[in-house]
Amino acid sequence: MNKRIYLDNAATTQISEEVLNEMLPFFREIYSNPSAIYSFAGESRKAVDCARKHAAELIGAAAEEIYFTGGGSESDNWALKAAAEAYSFKGKHIITSKIEHHAVLHTCEYLETQGYEVTYLDVNEAGKISVEELKAAIRPDTILLSIMTANNEIGTIEPVKEIGKIAHENGVLFHTDAVQAYGHIPIHVDDMGIDMLSASGHKCNGPKGIGILYIRKGLKIRSFIHGGAQERGRRAGTANVPGIVGFGRAAQCAKETMDERAAKETVLRDHLIERVLSEIPYVRLNGHRTDRLPNNLNFCFRFIEGESLLILLDQLGICASSGSACTSGALDPSHVLLAIGLPHEIAHGSLRITLSEETTLEEIDFVADELKKIVERLRSMSPLYEDFLKNRK
Amino acid sequence: MYSEKVMDHFNHPRNVGEMENPSGVGTVGNAKCGDIMRMYLDIDEREVIRDVKFKTFGCGAAVATSSMATELVKGKTVREALQVTNKAVMEALDGLPPVKVHCSLLAEEAIHAALWDYAQKRHIVIEGLEAPVNDIAEKEKNEEY
Repeated sequence: MNKRIYLDNAATTQISEEVLNEMLPFFREIYSNPSAIYSFAGESRKAVDCARKHAAELIGAAAEEIYFTGGGSESDNWALKAAAEAYSFKGKHIITSKIEHHAVLHTCEYLETQGYEVTYLDVNEAGKISVEELKAAIRPDTILLSIMTANNEIGTIEPVKEIGKIAHENGVLFHTDAVQAYGHIPIHVDDMGIDMLSASGHKCNGPKGIGILYIRKGLKIRSFIHGGAQERGRRAGTANVPGIVGFGRAAQCAKETMDERAAKETVLRDHLIERVLSEIPYVRLNGHRTDRLPNNLNFCFRFIEGESLLILLDQLGICASSGSACTSGALDPSHVLLAIGLPHEIAHGSLRITLSEETTLEEIDFVADELKKIVERLRSMSPLYEDFLKNRK
Repeated sequence: MYSEKVMDHFNHPRNVGEMENPSGVGTVGNAKCGDIMRMYLDIDEREVIRDVKFKTFGCGAAVATSSMATELVKGKTVREALQVTNKAVMEALDGLPPVKVHCSLLAEEAIHAALWDYAQKRHIVIEGLEAPVNDIAEKEKNEEY
């Protein structure tokens, strides 16, 4: 078996050694429930407070505005459902985009069954929403905007700051799903006018099963998980101390290394884009060429189908994905690729590669070399390619 | 996810290619669903399938089922080939995941579509063979005229 080359960091990342070491004592040694009175509880309480501070600092928030959750999907569900409920006295209209993660889209669909109306904004061919269309979509009964910071499939970064400005000019709440962006690109909740933000630990070298929802101070967002008084009464359940500690450390590391990491990943990303586009014919890069996550690449190879491509890459030890890991069980092509205007047959031939800090130039060159061979091999057995060559003659 | 046989046929597909002047050729599936299969048959005067070639756009299961289907019909008479069902293809591959069963149906349809084309060219009727519903070339022709 070949050495593993892991290029699916948008699906999940490897927990870093620093993060793991920080977490370990909180499993056996400092196992106290931070809500208890005795001094032993103080040790885990202190660690949780410290983690909350780091989680907040990464996005320019205050510690008391961070609520730990079970992950990104829970945060999205909480933000949308609770905001919809809290502001229903004002109206029942929500605006989102067609390329959101299913944690947002399916929650919106659920809210539609509860009497809310949802506008799903189109995106352009690069995957960006139009600020003008957003302005036009706002109505007197609009209560919430939910637009992702950066897309999980094609990596496009949305004009968050402009969206925040429009939201505030119109007195509408702004939630952003920053699961792919948190720890990868700079985010500042005040500068960007963000009222609520979802993030997940395992997308930035933290542990799985832990996320945050940032809720701007003063917002009347009710509890989603009812029970005890944890998380200032807004999210019941005994604190996942090791998870929280891991999240905090991951956020701290991400803040320290962001610039350097992003610069390194961008060089490798652009090198691979350059090689693929120049060496493989009939391929397109999906997503914005420059306004994209530093570690994201997404291509469509015409005349071939994504799963075949992934199996052949896997046999070489290369872990990549077609669309997002959450939808790979489905037979339909990615809703994101359809939203940027690709026809089904081209959308079926997609490949997402997401780098990490550990990715090397050698690995990237190996992937480019092998991709060339694999694409050629699959095209040689594709009836679509056969027709294309015949029609061209 | 896939059986060893499926992986073997995906990695080493049998009878991939095109054919000049085939006795019959059929293309089924559509790009929207992500699977297209094309099958070429070379049938001799005794109605024995002398050679078969295929091309497939699709997932691992789509490639494997087309490959297996070509193996199952090669050397058979037209009438015998008509009896090769999607179940036979699936069994020969030691099964498919539930979401991929449609690939085996497509493989069966591809054989039928190629046989239908053969019958049309020869102006013969093959008992039990119906016009393919999924023949893309046919559909496009209908749209044009």
